[in-house]
Amino acid sequence: MKLSLNQKILSRNEEYAQKNRAFFAKHKVLCLNVISSPGAGKTTTLARTIRDMKDTLTIGVIEGDIKTDTDAQKIRAAGAEAVQIETKGACHLSAEQVHGVLKSIHADTKDVVFIENVGNLVCPSAFDLGEHKRVVILSIPEGDDKPVKYPGTFAGADVVLVNKIDLSDYIEFNLQRVLADICAVNPDAQIYQVSAATGEGMDAWYDWLCQQRQQITE
Amino acid sequence: MHETSVAESILSTILETAGRVNAQPVGATISCGQFNALNDEVMNFAFETAAAGTVCEGMTLTIRHVPLRATCRQCGTTFEFDIYRPVCRQCSSAEFVFKPDAPLLLETIEFKDGKE
Ligand SMILES: Nc1nc2c(ncn2[C@@H]2O[C@H](COP(=O)(O)OP(=O)(O)O)[C@@H](O)[C@H]2O)c(=O)[nH]1
Ligand SMILES: [Mg+2]
Ligand SMILES: [Zn+2]
Repeated sequence: MKLSLNQKILSRNEEYAQKNRAFFAKHKVLCLNVISSPGAGKTTTLARTIRDMKDTLTIGVIEGDIKTDTDAQKIRAAGAEAVQIETKGACHLSAEQVHGVLKSIHADTKDVVFIENVGNLVCPSAFDLGEHKRVVILSIPEGDDKPVKYPGTFAGADVVLVNKIDLSDYIEFNLQRVLADICAVNPDAQIYQVSAATGEGMDAWYDWLCQQRQQITE
Repeated sequence: MHETSVAESILSTILETAGRVNAQPVGATISCGQFNALNDEVMNFAFETAAAGTVCEGMTLTIRHVPLRATCRQCGTTFEFDIYRPVCRQCSSAEFVFKPDAPLLLETIEFKDGKE
Protein backbone atom coordinates (compact mmCIF):
# COMPACT_ATOMS: atom_id res chain seq x y z
CA MET A 1 0.00 0.00 0.00
CA LYS A 2 1.34 3.38 -0.98
CA LEU A 3 0.10 6.62 0.55
CA SER A 4 0.57 9.92 -1.25
CA LEU A 5 1.08 12.77 1.17
CA ASN A 6 3.01 15.49 -0.64
CA GLN A 7 3.42 17.18 2.67
CA LYS A 8 5.95 19.89 3.38
CA ILE A 9 8.86 18.72 5.48
CA LEU A 10 9.92 21.03 8.32
CA SER A 11 6.30 22.12 8.54
CA ARG A 12 6.73 22.73 12.25
CA ASN A 13 9.47 25.23 11.48
CA GLU A 14 7.23 26.84 8.91
CA GLU A 15 4.41 27.13 11.42
CA TYR A 16 6.62 29.09 13.81
CA ALA A 17 8.09 31.13 10.96
CA GLN A 18 4.54 32.28 10.22
CA LYS A 19 3.99 33.19 13.85
CA ASN A 20 7.20 35.21 13.86
CA ARG A 21 6.26 36.92 10.62
CA ALA A 22 2.91 37.88 12.09
CA PHE A 23 4.62 39.22 15.22
CA PHE A 24 7.06 41.36 13.23
CA ALA A 25 4.28 42.64 10.98
CA LYS A 26 2.05 43.53 13.92
CA HIS A 27 4.74 45.49 15.73
CA LYS A 28 6.29 46.90 12.56
CA VAL A 29 9.70 45.48 13.37
CA LEU A 30 12.13 44.81 10.56
CA CYS A 31 13.65 41.36 11.03
CA LEU A 32 16.88 40.35 9.29
CA ASN A 33 18.45 36.90 9.30
CA VAL A 34 22.25 37.13 9.06
CA ILE A 35 24.06 34.09 7.66
CA SER A 36 27.77 33.46 7.05
CA SER A 37 30.66 31.08 7.70
CA PRO A 38 32.16 31.28 11.19
CA GLY A 39 34.40 34.34 11.43
CA ALA A 40 33.14 36.18 8.34
CA GLY A 41 32.23 39.14 10.54
CA LYS A 42 28.58 38.85 11.55
CA THR A 43 29.09 40.06 15.12
CA THR A 44 31.54 42.80 14.12
CA THR A 45 29.17 44.06 11.41
CA LEU A 46 26.23 44.11 13.82
CA ALA A 47 28.20 45.83 16.59
CA ARG A 48 29.36 48.57 14.24
CA THR A 49 25.88 48.98 12.80
CA ILE A 50 24.46 49.38 16.32
CA ARG A 51 27.06 52.03 17.21
CA ASP A 52 26.75 53.96 13.96
CA MET A 53 22.95 53.88 13.89
CA LYS A 54 22.25 54.44 17.59
CA ASP A 55 20.59 57.81 16.97
CA THR A 56 18.47 56.47 14.13
CA LEU A 57 17.40 52.91 14.94
CA THR A 58 16.61 50.92 18.06
CA ILE A 59 18.15 47.54 17.45
CA GLY A 60 17.81 44.18 19.16
CA VAL A 61 19.89 41.09 18.41
CA ILE A 62 19.16 37.40 18.72
CA GLU A 63 22.42 35.48 18.83
CA GLY A 64 22.57 31.86 17.78
CA ASP A 65 25.75 30.35 19.01
CA ILE A 66 26.77 26.80 19.58
CA LYS A 67 28.04 27.41 23.10
CA THR A 68 29.36 30.64 24.56
CA ASP A 69 27.62 33.98 24.92
CA THR A 70 30.61 36.15 23.97
CA ASP A 71 28.83 37.47 20.87
CA ALA A 72 25.85 38.62 22.92
CA GLN A 73 28.25 40.40 25.27
CA LYS A 74 29.86 42.24 22.35
CA ILE A 75 26.43 43.31 21.15
CA ARG A 76 25.48 44.58 24.61
CA ALA A 77 28.78 46.46 24.81
CA ALA A 78 27.82 48.14 21.53
CA GLY A 79 24.63 49.33 23.18
CA ALA A 80 21.86 47.00 22.05
CA GLU A 81 19.72 44.47 23.82
CA ALA A 82 20.83 40.92 23.00
CA VAL A 83 19.76 37.41 23.82
CA GLN A 84 21.69 34.24 23.30
CA ILE A 85 20.19 31.01 22.00
CA GLU A 86 22.46 28.09 22.76
CA THR A 87 21.94 25.69 19.89
CA LYS A 88 23.82 22.90 21.69
CA GLY A 89 25.61 21.73 18.60
CA ALA A 90 22.82 22.29 16.08
CA CYS A 91 24.01 23.90 12.88
CA HIS A 92 21.16 26.38 12.41
CA LEU A 93 18.53 28.31 14.31
CA SER A 94 14.91 27.24 14.09
CA ALA A 95 11.90 29.53 13.94
CA GLU A 96 10.67 27.99 17.17
CA GLN A 97 13.85 28.96 19.01
CA VAL A 98 13.55 32.51 17.71
CA HIS A 99 9.91 32.62 18.74
CA GLY A 100 10.87 31.63 22.27
CA VAL A 101 13.12 34.66 22.85
CA LEU A 102 11.13 37.47 21.21
CA LYS A 103 9.71 38.58 24.56
CA SER A 104 12.98 38.49 26.44
CA ILE A 105 14.63 41.10 24.17
CA HIS A 106 11.42 43.13 24.00
CA ALA A 107 11.42 42.64 20.25
CA ASP A 108 8.10 44.45 19.92
CA THR A 109 9.77 47.73 20.97
CA LYS A 110 12.58 47.58 18.40
CA ASP A 111 12.91 49.13 14.95
CA VAL A 112 15.13 46.32 13.75
CA VAL A 113 15.79 42.82 15.09
CA PHE A 114 18.84 41.05 13.73
CA ILE A 115 19.19 37.32 14.06
CA GLU A 116 22.84 36.23 13.97
CA ASN A 117 22.50 32.67 12.75
CA VAL A 118 24.93 29.88 13.57
CA GLY A 119 28.14 30.19 11.53
CA ASN A 120 27.50 27.85 8.60
CA LEU A 121 26.89 28.45 4.90
CA VAL A 122 24.81 25.32 4.29
CA CYS A 123 22.12 24.56 6.83
CA PRO A 124 20.67 27.90 7.99
CA SER A 125 19.38 28.67 4.52
CA ALA A 126 16.88 25.79 4.72
CA PHE A 127 15.17 27.33 7.77
CA ASP A 128 12.83 30.25 7.37
CA LEU A 129 12.84 32.17 10.64
CA GLY A 130 10.04 34.51 9.64
CA GLU A 131 12.47 37.26 8.71
CA HIS A 132 11.75 39.98 6.19
CA LYS A 133 15.11 39.74 4.47
CA ARG A 134 18.19 37.62 4.47
CA VAL A 135 21.71 39.02 4.74
CA VAL A 136 24.62 36.81 3.73
CA ILE A 137 28.14 37.89 4.66
CA LEU A 138 31.13 36.64 2.71
CA SER A 139 34.59 37.79 3.80
CA ILE A 140 37.63 38.16 1.60
CA PRO A 141 39.90 35.71 3.48
CA GLU A 142 37.39 32.90 2.86
CA GLY A 143 38.17 32.94 -0.84
CA ASP A 144 36.24 33.84 -3.95
CA ASP A 145 34.79 30.38 -4.60
CA LYS A 146 32.09 30.50 -1.91
CA PRO A 147 29.14 31.51 -4.14
CA VAL A 148 29.91 28.58 -6.46
CA LYS A 149 30.28 26.15 -3.58
CA TYR A 150 27.16 27.27 -1.70
CA PRO A 151 24.80 28.46 -4.43
CA GLY A 152 21.69 27.67 -2.39
CA THR A 153 22.64 30.13 0.32
CA PHE A 154 23.50 32.91 -2.10
CA ALA A 155 20.35 32.27 -4.10
CA GLY A 156 18.31 33.02 -0.98
CA ALA A 157 20.11 36.26 -0.06
CA ASP A 158 18.50 39.67 -0.38
CA VAL A 159 21.78 41.37 0.48
CA VAL A 160 25.33 40.11 0.29
CA LEU A 161 27.96 41.97 2.27
CA VAL A 162 31.46 41.31 0.98
CA ASN A 163 33.32 42.03 4.21
CA LYS A 164 36.94 42.69 5.19
CA ILE A 165 37.73 44.70 2.07
CA ASP A 166 40.47 46.35 4.14
CA LEU A 167 42.39 43.11 3.53
CA SER A 168 42.03 43.11 -0.25
CA ASP A 169 45.58 44.38 -0.81
CA TYR A 170 46.97 41.39 1.02
CA ILE A 171 44.75 38.55 -0.12
CA GLU A 172 44.05 37.38 -3.63
CA PHE A 173 40.33 37.62 -4.22
CA ASN A 174 38.63 37.88 -7.58
CA LEU A 175 35.77 40.25 -6.85
CA GLN A 176 34.49 40.19 -10.43
CA ARG A 177 34.14 36.44 -10.24
CA VAL A 178 32.22 36.68 -6.97
CA LEU A 179 29.85 39.30 -8.36
CA ALA A 180 29.24 37.21 -11.48
CA ASP A 181 28.71 33.99 -9.52
CA ILE A 182 26.22 35.62 -7.17
CA CYS A 183 24.41 37.25 -10.07
CA ALA A 184 24.16 33.91 -11.88
CA VAL A 185 22.11 32.32 -9.10
CA ASN A 186 20.54 35.53 -7.79
CA PRO A 187 20.28 38.48 -10.17
CA ASP A 188 18.27 40.52 -7.64
CA ALA A 189 20.75 40.44 -4.75
CA GLN A 190 22.11 43.77 -3.52
CA ILE A 191 25.84 43.48 -3.02
CA TYR A 192 27.84 45.87 -0.85
CA GLN A 193 31.58 45.82 -0.27
CA VAL A 194 32.35 46.74 3.31
CA SER A 195 34.85 46.63 6.11
CA ALA A 196 33.18 46.18 9.45
CA ALA A 197 36.58 46.85 11.01
CA THR A 198 37.29 50.25 9.41
CA GLY A 199 33.74 51.26 8.51
CA GLU A 200 34.54 51.59 4.83
CA GLY A 201 31.50 51.08 2.58
CA MET A 202 29.09 50.74 5.48
CA ASP A 203 27.01 53.78 4.52
CA ALA A 204 25.45 52.00 1.54
CA TRP A 205 24.46 49.16 3.85
CA TYR A 206 22.93 51.63 6.34
CA ASP A 207 20.96 53.28 3.54
CA TRP A 208 19.58 49.91 2.51
CA LEU A 209 18.72 49.17 6.15
CA CYS A 210 16.82 52.44 6.61
CA GLN A 211 15.03 51.92 3.31
CA GLN A 212 13.84 48.47 4.37
CA ARG A 213 12.75 49.80 7.72
CA GLN A 214 10.78 52.54 6.04
CA GLN A 215 9.10 50.09 3.67
CA ILE A 216 7.61 48.04 6.48
CA THR A 217 6.36 51.04 8.43
CA GLU A 218 4.60 52.68 5.51
CA MET B 1 23.60 19.21 8.86
CA HIS B 2 20.01 20.19 8.27
CA GLU B 3 19.49 16.63 7.04
CA THR B 4 19.15 15.73 10.73
CA SER B 5 16.19 18.05 11.12
CA VAL B 6 14.66 16.73 7.91
CA ALA B 7 15.13 13.15 9.16
CA GLU B 8 13.43 13.93 12.47
CA SER B 9 10.62 15.72 10.73
CA ILE B 10 9.80 12.90 8.29
CA LEU B 11 10.28 10.23 10.94
CA SER B 12 7.63 11.77 13.15
CA THR B 13 5.20 12.02 10.22
CA ILE B 14 5.84 8.41 9.18
CA LEU B 15 5.47 7.10 12.73
CA GLU B 16 2.27 9.00 13.20
CA THR B 17 0.87 7.79 9.85
CA ALA B 18 1.95 4.20 10.50
CA GLY B 19 0.11 4.28 13.82
CA ARG B 20 -3.00 5.64 12.15
CA VAL B 21 -3.13 3.05 9.32
CA ASN B 22 -1.72 0.33 11.57
CA ALA B 23 0.83 -0.96 9.05
CA GLN B 24 4.56 -1.51 8.78
CA PRO B 25 6.30 1.25 6.79
CA VAL B 26 8.85 -0.10 4.32
CA GLY B 27 9.73 2.86 2.15
CA ALA B 28 9.29 6.56 1.65
CA THR B 29 10.01 9.05 -1.10
CA ILE B 30 11.04 12.60 -0.40
CA SER B 31 11.90 15.32 -2.88
CA CYS B 32 13.97 18.46 -2.81
CA GLY B 33 14.97 21.27 -5.12
CA GLN B 34 18.36 22.39 -6.32
CA PHE B 35 18.99 25.41 -4.12
CA ASN B 36 17.29 23.64 -1.27
CA ALA B 37 19.06 20.36 -1.91
CA LEU B 38 19.69 17.38 0.32
CA ASN B 39 22.87 15.38 0.28
CA ASP B 40 21.83 11.74 -0.37
CA GLU B 41 24.52 10.12 1.71
CA VAL B 42 24.06 12.45 4.67
CA MET B 43 20.28 12.17 4.39
CA ASN B 44 20.28 8.37 4.38
CA PHE B 45 22.64 8.26 7.33
CA ALA B 46 20.58 10.80 9.27
CA PHE B 47 17.40 8.86 8.61
CA GLU B 48 18.95 5.52 9.59
CA THR B 49 20.17 7.07 12.80
CA ALA B 50 16.82 8.65 13.62
CA ALA B 51 14.86 5.50 12.70
CA ALA B 52 16.97 3.08 14.74
CA GLY B 53 14.86 1.30 17.32
CA THR B 54 11.53 2.41 15.82
CA VAL B 55 9.19 0.60 13.40
CA CYS B 56 10.89 2.66 10.67
CA GLU B 57 14.20 0.86 11.16
CA GLY B 58 15.34 -0.63 7.84
CA MET B 59 13.02 1.48 5.66
CA THR B 60 14.35 2.56 2.29
CA LEU B 61 14.39 6.24 1.66
CA THR B 62 14.26 7.49 -1.91
CA ILE B 63 15.40 11.06 -2.53
CA ARG B 64 14.13 12.72 -5.69
CA HIS B 65 16.01 15.80 -6.87
CA VAL B 66 13.61 18.01 -8.78
CA PRO B 67 15.30 20.01 -11.55
CA LEU B 68 15.28 23.78 -11.49
CA ARG B 69 14.16 25.52 -14.68
CA ALA B 70 15.97 28.65 -15.76
CA THR B 71 15.48 30.89 -18.78
CA CYS B 72 18.46 32.71 -20.24
CA ARG B 73 18.00 36.48 -20.35
CA GLN B 74 20.24 36.76 -23.40
CA CYS B 75 18.91 34.14 -25.80
CA GLY B 76 15.65 33.02 -24.17
CA THR B 77 16.54 29.34 -23.93
CA THR B 78 14.84 27.49 -21.07
CA PHE B 79 16.81 24.62 -19.62
CA GLU B 80 17.52 22.55 -16.50
CA PHE B 81 19.85 24.61 -14.39
CA ASP B 82 23.01 23.06 -12.98
CA ILE B 83 23.79 25.15 -9.91
CA TYR B 84 27.41 24.08 -10.01
CA ARG B 85 27.82 25.17 -13.63
CA PRO B 86 25.69 28.30 -13.93
CA VAL B 87 25.99 29.15 -17.63
CA CYS B 88 23.47 29.00 -20.45
CA ARG B 89 23.67 25.77 -22.49
CA GLN B 90 23.02 27.73 -25.65
CA CYS B 91 25.00 30.97 -25.46
CA SER B 92 27.14 30.66 -22.30
CA SER B 93 25.65 33.79 -20.80
CA ALA B 94 25.12 33.83 -17.04
CA GLU B 95 21.96 35.85 -16.53
CA PHE B 96 18.79 33.93 -15.83
CA VAL B 97 15.24 34.11 -14.71
CA PHE B 98 14.35 31.21 -12.43
CA LYS B 99 11.22 29.23 -11.89
CA PRO B 100 10.62 28.69 -8.15
CA ASP B 101 12.81 25.98 -6.67
CA ALA B 102 11.03 22.82 -5.50
CA PRO B 103 10.26 22.63 -1.75
CA LEU B 104 11.23 19.81 0.59
CA LEU B 105 8.36 17.35 0.37
CA LEU B 106 7.46 14.03 1.88
CA GLU B 107 5.78 12.59 -1.20
CA THR B 108 4.81 9.00 -0.41
CA ILE B 109 5.04 6.36 2.28
CA GLU B 110 4.90 2.71 1.35
CA PHE B 111 3.54 0.11 3.74
CA LYS B 112 3.91 -3.67 3.81
CA ASP B 113 0.78 -5.25 2.32
CA GLY B 114 -1.51 -7.74 4.05
CA LYS B 115 -1.20 -6.41 7.57
CA GLU B 116 -4.27 -4.35 8.10
N1 LIG C 1 40.43 42.91 8.95
C1 LIG C 1 39.15 42.76 9.26
N2 LIG C 1 38.79 41.91 10.23
C2 LIG C 1 37.47 41.79 10.52
C3 LIG C 1 36.48 42.52 9.82
N3 LIG C 1 35.27 42.16 10.31
C4 LIG C 1 35.50 41.24 11.29
N4 LIG C 1 36.84 41.03 11.42
C5 LIG C 1 37.50 40.11 12.36
O1 LIG C 1 37.16 38.78 12.03
C6 LIG C 1 37.03 37.99 13.20
C7 LIG C 1 35.67 37.33 13.26
O2 LIG C 1 34.67 38.31 13.33
P1 LIG C 1 33.23 38.06 13.95
O3 LIG C 1 32.48 39.31 13.80
O4 LIG C 1 33.37 37.50 15.32
O5 LIG C 1 32.68 36.94 12.97
P2 LIG C 1 31.36 36.01 13.10
O6 LIG C 1 31.82 34.67 13.54
O7 LIG C 1 30.81 35.96 11.71
O8 LIG C 1 30.44 36.67 14.07
C8 LIG C 1 37.27 38.93 14.37
O9 LIG C 1 38.60 38.78 14.78
C9 LIG C 1 37.03 40.29 13.78
O10 LIG C 1 37.76 41.30 14.43
C10 LIG C 1 36.91 43.41 8.78
O11 LIG C 1 36.14 44.09 8.13
N5 LIG C 1 38.25 43.49 8.54
MG1 LIG D 1 29.55 35.91 15.81
ZN1 LIG E 1 21.53 31.89 -23.51
